[in-house]
Amino acid sequence: MALAFDEYGRPFIILKEQDQKTRLRGLEAQKANISAGKAVARILRTSLGPKGMDKILQSPDGDVTITNDGATILEQMDVDNQIAKLMVELSRSQDYEIGDGTTGVVVMAGALLEQAERLLERGIHPIRIAEGYEMASRIAVEHLEHISKKFDFGATNIEPLVQTCMTTLSSKIVNRCKRHLAEISVKAVLSVADLERKDVNLDMIKVEGKVGGKLEDTELIYGITVDKDMSHPQMPKQIEDAKIAILTCPFEPPKPKTKHKVDIDTVEKFQTLRLQEQKYFDDMVQKCKDVGATLVICQWGFDDEANHLLMHRNLPAVRWVGGVELELIAIATGGRIVPRFQELTTEKLGRAGLVREKSFGTTKDKMLYIEHCANSRAVTIFIRGGNKMMIEETKRSIHDALCVARNLIRNNSIVYGGGSAEISCSIAVEAAADKYPGVEQYAIRAFADALDSVPMALAENSGLQPIETLSAVKSQQIKENNPHYGIDCNDVGTNDMRQQDVFETLIGKQQQILLATQVVKMILKIDDVISPSDY
Amino acid sequence: MAIERILKDDASEEKGERARMASFVGAIAITDLVKTTLGPKGMDKILQSTGRGQAVTVTNDGATILKSLHIDNPAAKVLIDISKVQDDEVGDGTTSVVVLAGELLREAEKLVAAKIHPMTIISGYRMAAECARNALLQRVVDNKENAEKFKLDLMKIAMTTLSSKILSQDKVHFAQLAVDAVMRLKGSTNLEAIQIIKKPGGSLKDSFLDEGFILDKKIGLGQPKRIENAKILVANTAMDTDKVKIYGARVRVDSMSKVAEIEGAEKEKMREKVQKIIAHGINCFVNRQLIYNFPEELFADAGILAIEHADFDGIERLALVTGGEIASTFDNPESVKLGHCKLIEEIMIGEDKLIHFSGVEMGQACTIVLRGASHHVLDEAERSLHDALCVLSQTVNDTRVVLGGGWPEMVMAKAVDELARQTPGKKSHAIEAFSRALVAIPTIIADNAGLDSADLVAQLRAEHHKEGCNAGIDVISGSVGDMAELGISESFKVKQAVLLSATEAAEMILRVDEIITCAPRKREDRM
Repeated sequence: MALAFDEYGRPFIILKEQDQKTRLRGLEAQKANISAGKAVARILRTSLGPKGMDKILQSPDGDVTITNDGATILEQMDVDNQIAKLMVELSRSQDYEIGDGTTGVVVMAGALLEQAERLLERGIHPIRIAEGYEMASRIAVEHLEHISKKFDFGATNIEPLVQTCMTTLSSKIVNRCKRHLAEISVKAVLSVADLERKDVNLDMIKVEGKVGGKLEDTELIYGITVDKDMSHPQMPKQIEDAKIAILTCPFEPPKPKTKHKVDIDTVEKFQTLRLQEQKYFDDMVQKCKDVGATLVICQWGFDDEANHLLMHRNLPAVRWVGGVELELIAIATGGRIVPRFQELTTEKLGRAGLVREKSFGTTKDKMLYIEHCANSRAVTIFIRGGNKMMIEETKRSIHDALCVARNLIRNNSIVYGGGSAEISCSIAVEAAADKYPGVEQYAIRAFADALDSVPMALAENSGLQPIETLSAVKSQQIKENNPHYGIDCNDVGTNDMRQQDVFETLIGKQQQILLATQVVKMILKIDDVISPSDY
Repeated sequence: MAIERILKDDASEEKGERARMASFVGAIAITDLVKTTLGPKGMDKILQSTGRGQAVTVTNDGATILKSLHIDNPAAKVLIDISKVQDDEVGDGTTSVVVLAGELLREAEKLVAAKIHPMTIISGYRMAAECARNALLQRVVDNKENAEKFKLDLMKIAMTTLSSKILSQDKVHFAQLAVDAVMRLKGSTNLEAIQIIKKPGGSLKDSFLDEGFILDKKIGLGQPKRIENAKILVANTAMDTDKVKIYGARVRVDSMSKVAEIEGAEKEKMREKVQKIIAHGINCFVNRQLIYNFPEELFADAGILAIEHADFDGIERLALVTGGEIASTFDNPESVKLGHCKLIEEIMIGEDKLIHFSGVEMGQACTIVLRGASHHVLDEAERSLHDALCVLSQTVNDTRVVLGGGWPEMVMAKAVDELARQTPGKKSHAIEAFSRALVAIPTIIADNAGLDSADLVAQLRAEHHKEGCNAGIDVISGSVGDMAELGISESFKVKQAVLLSATEAAEMILRVDEIITCAPRKREDRM
């Protein structure tokens, strides 16, 4: 700990409780930060690509998650180091923005840091490195634009979309039935997509899972599923052409917000109160009935009496439906959420072609399906699988696939996968490096080397000789001037990613490079780490 | 000063070989734990809970054993999970699925040691599982058309399932019980309609199936003990003091006489309610909530049998079987659907009085009364019977049947071996390993029965070399026998679920190359 002294030899206290803090400065701080960043990247490196391995994560409560989704791994890893936390953030922002490539971005950042360390050792100033990286990333992004392909699909021709989703899914545990899941994802996205505005609201797609059955039983439901059953066991299990009243008020006597007391002091009052109470219930049910509702979905519970009255009047009802689900139902059925019985009108009812209750397995699990809705845009992907972990993992994989499909609808440019885009960028950056005078040149070259690390990791994970494979592919790309050669991870026999139909979205790739560069720049600029020491 | 620590204190990380070893070891340990319970001569386990009273459970049901274990190893948790799912989905084969997954991992461990990449093993296993399933599909027997034969199939399946449980002594009796109960369901898988009542005393043989419905309740004092052609109102309503549900209401009086008046009004209200109920023209009233003395007395006066405080399931089931609806308001007697049954009477089982509803409208429901020497025996008997009922109800829907006694495993192993020979590349090792894992199951069955497994399995393999052979292990005589003749069958659906989930679980564990354990959540020090 560096200390400053005044002319009498007394130390200046600059930081509060200075002597209890550890401090790292200069090159040492940078190196420590870099090594932390690299450590995170190293964990994820083996999860990259179609042959990537999974990780078991045990949460503080002992629950087990098995995944190879980069964002999920980092999210649950319980990271303590500040720099490592930055990497976690990095992966998370890629997840929010793009939804896929969360592992790739961290591996990329790790590689950049590794290269930067070498340059630091040679005495290059960190800011110069950062600037060089910045330039290089711009070159790479432009080059990506250059090699990208427009990609045609339509509402009828979904095959290309399915292929892209399959690329995403192939790195997950679900790759056994990736075709099936990819089709489901694409259909789901297309049914909620607004092709003219080129926008997709993923909130309209609900991903539900239920343990049991096989992965192949996963289905796409044009409607909503609710994990609830009818409030009364004897209500009809199937309603056709349902008119749905969506309520957020309980079937109970009203509870005014202001404090009040109803005093009972005579027998008459007691009796009128009782009659009043019965009338409440009667009125409520009658109001629903009057507007022509054939199904009541309520956010709150029912009183036993109300429940029976509903049953009695032949008005099926579902209670304790969560707020989010309620909204989805409202969107799907075109109904309005009604907060008060008085405001219930016929126009506010939602419509659905079919509402049915379905039970599963030997336990009495029941789900409610609301299908053929008036506004068929809301869909549900219903996942079945061997166990809870499998379903969680499938959910994550489907989420990735959905994001990819959405990105393609937003922007239909693609680049080829299998590391081919990185290799091609690396060649372009390498070539561009020589044109820059000054120290940045080194940084740009280092950037090119870092780009190679993604295909290298892919090859390594696929059990190929990393360096041999990479150099072979690289030379092939340069020789034939064809940016579509990548790593043949699945051992298909061709390096041409166009033939293998492996591609990724352009914005996803660009985002990866930009985000990784940004974070690395940030880390490089840190030259002082002050942290409270352990006590 | 290198910062290698990026995780929180106490969090740990295991990588590569070590991680894989940890998961293999965990999974195999679990397998070894439940292995000895497999098969008709499997042994039981005593489970002592850490809770108050240290309750003891004696069982050989895989799912029950695994559910009660406190496990820290993540891979072991995966296995417990699949066993639980197997229990929920098909009800039986909970031990087999864990054993098969464990054996698959055991074989995989050897392959990994021989420097075969886990991904290669996984793809091999996948091919093998598919092949095994197809092989089994070719040999299934489907007696859907022939009701007589199908019933016989069900009987065989029930006997096979029960033979590994505590009920094996009386398996014919119980198999008959289970088949009868399931046949009454007429294809629905809703096991709710089958009620199981356990009453200690007597012996297991005294257990019986009752076609009616039995409610574990007493009849109120002074009320008729026997009603013929009963009209039943099933209700869920407060029969104590009917509260005013309007929020904020309270009684405020200024003199004693007013209290009396209001009390009188309350009583009047209850009397009115009872009158309304009586106006339905019923002679039996079953309520989910308590019935206080006062209304009970009123009911007794009207000659109505009032039963209070039936549990929720009981009420639902009663409503289901008698065809009535669960009522909570009583203003429109003409439109409430009443339940009917021919006869309600009080019966004695052991020392307990129960209410018996016979001649109910809906023929689906029935009650199985289990008798046995102790609670442990009864609990275990219930679990076994539950397994049998689950399997049977699933079989009614998917009528395909295969033989038992290690026969399906041998058939699958043979097909998988065939596949291994035809597959080029490293995968063939994995496929071969899959077949070895399959053969491990008959081996364990034989071992558990104290037989010479090596000899028997070799014989079995030779037998299976012939086309269309029905050979399996006959544990009773300790030799290889014809399973079709011995009448040992299993449901195809169960076997398929075992095969697929075991492969899936093994795959999941194999794919792992790193275990990151978070720091355990700190408990608040309450001391």
